[in-house]
Amino acid sequence: MSVFWVRLLVVLTVILGVNYIAWRWLESLNWDAWWIAVPLVAAETYSLIDVALFGLTVWRLKRRTPPEPPVGATVDVFITTYNEPIDMVLKTAEAAKRITYPHETWILDDGSRPELQEGAEKLGVGYITRGPEWANRPRHAKAGNLNNALMMTSGEFMLILDTDQVPDPRILDRTLGYFNNRRVSLVQTPQYFVNVPEDDPLGSQAPLFYGPIQQGKDGWNAAFFCGSNAILRREALMQLGLAGYVEEVERAVTAALKSARAAVRRARKSAEAANPLVTRLLDDVDRAVDAARAEQAAGAPLAEVTYRVRRSVDNAVQQMVAADMSAMEADLAEIAAMDLGSEPGVAVPDNLDIAVQQLSDRAWSPLGALESVQAVLDAISVDRDDEAQPVMPLATISVTEDMATSMRMHAMGWQSVYHHEILAYGLAPEDLKTMLTQRLRWAQGTIQVLLRENPLAKKGMSLVQRLMYFATMWSYLSGFAAVVYFAAPIIYLTLGILPVTSISFDFFIRFLPFMIVNQLLFAVVGRGVSTWRGQQYSLALFPTWIKACTTAARNVWFGRPLGFAVTPKARQDGGPSWSLIRPQLIVMVLLAVAAIVGTIRLATGLNEPLGTFVNVVWVVFDLIVLSVLIKAVKYEGYVTEERNADAVRD
Amino acid sequence: MQFAIEDRGTYTEVVATGRLNMVSAPTLRATVDEAVGAGSRHIVVNLAATEFMDSSGLGALIGCLKVARQAGGDLRIACVQKQVQMVLELTNMNRVLAPYGTVEEAFARD
Repeated sequence: MSVFWVRLLVVLTVILGVNYIAWRWLESLNWDAWWIAVPLVAAETYSLIDVALFGLTVWRLKRRTPPEPPVGATVDVFITTYNEPIDMVLKTAEAAKRITYPHETWILDDGSRPELQEGAEKLGVGYITRGPEWANRPRHAKAGNLNNALMMTSGEFMLILDTDQVPDPRILDRTLGYFNNRRVSLVQTPQYFVNVPEDDPLGSQAPLFYGPIQQGKDGWNAAFFCGSNAILRREALMQLGLAGYVEEVERAVTAALKSARAAVRRARKSAEAANPLVTRLLDDVDRAVDAARAEQAAGAPLAEVTYRVRRSVDNAVQQMVAADMSAMEADLAEIAAMDLGSEPGVAVPDNLDIAVQQLSDRAWSPLGALESVQAVLDAISVDRDDEAQPVMPLATISVTEDMATSMRMHAMGWQSVYHHEILAYGLAPEDLKTMLTQRLRWAQGTIQVLLRENPLAKKGMSLVQRLMYFATMWSYLSGFAAVVYFAAPIIYLTLGILPVTSISFDFFIRFLPFMIVNQLLFAVVGRGVSTWRGQQYSLALFPTWIKACTTAARNVWFGRPLGFAVTPKARQDGGPSWSLIRPQLIVMVLLAVAAIVGTIRLATGLNEPLGTFVNVVWVVFDLIVLSVLIKAVKYEGYVTEERNADAVRD
Repeated sequence: MQFAIEDRGTYTEVVATGRLNMVSAPTLRATVDEAVGAGSRHIVVNLAATEFMDSSGLGALIGCLKVARQAGGDLRIACVQKQVQMVLELTNMNRVLAPYGTVEEAFARD
């Protein structure tokens, strides 16, 4: 299908959509039932924006042919693992070793398993675990694992593979050529799963995303990093890490200087401040902090500013300790003068300087008595003592480090490439519970990025690049719209309350053309691949999407834990677990009951025929959407016999 | 930091609990001053529950020793913990104020 037809459909969809939604807002709202009328029109507006962003995405669909790979590039292949079966890791490592382009293979074992280390040695691949510097510091999950490995390796490029993604030997030959362009920092390839039957009950394959959506984003130089099956340029990551480090230090030092002042002020009001020694020390700290603030404002290098604060405070502390020591000496001299000969006499430390120094040291310093002051002074530093590595190339602001990382690279002016060819064969979850955990994690991560680094406000990216990131985030808000789409027909059929003033010719003439062109757009862009599973799940998993939004918001705004879990790669055992989809089952029962009640109300003349018809059709649509979950719950995992050559397609 | 004074007959025990630092040092001096002023000339400072001491704390101990000696008595310390022991050794003050294993031992031979 040519670009022209896609663009025509996009334009038609948007025009017809705006025509419909404008009429909905301006002419059709049933204000008597505003409590359902307004949510419904808001949900419909949400969907129109979603479709419009999709239209923008596919406007410049890019299909690429890879350039010849460069000669002599150095590449590290990273296989990240945490708790996956050893066999699976080694199988992937073996395949990685067979990649034809010269490279080094590394297993990044966050589980520090000796058996895996042994296996890696036998296979002749590298093995990396976290060092002692990570003890008692945030580990940052997979991002931390990769950052740790980045510091211990040196290849110009790195291929990142999840444990279950078995690479094709040609993966580097087919992708490295894009890096001949010095501004390209990322080449992402599709994530494809081999253990998925033709009807894909769990919606594991994402043919729309690893296809038109990524190709479309690529057209706008906004193809995302998706965590695995991607090649990254080390230089870009390092630049990201350094920029992040500078930003973080600047922020931390500014905040620390500010809170140091507040801490001194509080300390002055405390009971301890009655002690003249304390007052004098606080004066010294105050002077040092004030001087630092002035220097920082004047643009002095932070390393110097922070060093000078520390040194002046250290000096003040040392003077204090030295004063204590000389007072002691004076006392001892007096004692010696009192009773000559009866005691061993004055014992002056053999090396007074060393004693003073040690007693001024952080652990023993008198400043320790003012814990809050000491804590903020510790924070006035450039060494990011709270982190295992001061420089964190992969973003750690989200549980899904990939999207945040590529967004930051785009913001710095780097380019990305989506290469549409299956070059790694992965394993998808084979049970609903695992699949739900995985989807929840993705959604939470995406919402975290939205809330922490809203792409719309991100400097350095073009408007469309911002919209491309925003589009993916926006689509994760579908859970709220879904609830309204399920509730509206139930409310009409059981209570006779319509969210629109009337269901009439006006409604159909605006709604149907929009709906038809919209579906046509999906069909044309999807080019025969089934996008229906994806559409079903975007509505059917509404409890997961809503939970992701609420937990991510609580996490970002109130610092509450996400309840994060690593996706298990092995199937969870046990029979069908209906409890996983309890909310959806309740909705399905309500929809069915509503259809029956609506028919009875029609028969008794309480509801009108057209309204009933439209809403029953709507109920049937909702039930078909939700029916995917019945299939998913009953799915018993992939049976090998089902595998056929056709399943692997480009 | 808290200080408790216990009369043990031949000597007075001062039990110091907490961190003997810049903030609490003056209180130790005041406590010992008071005890000596009340007529106790032999003082044992029980440091079993003193987890930390800085230079001010050590200065206070020496100051208290002086007060006790000026009154014609003596001040001894007992039951020191590891960090306090390290501070004493580092400054050589253990040669002036040798720590005793128990409170009872401190004046046992006098």
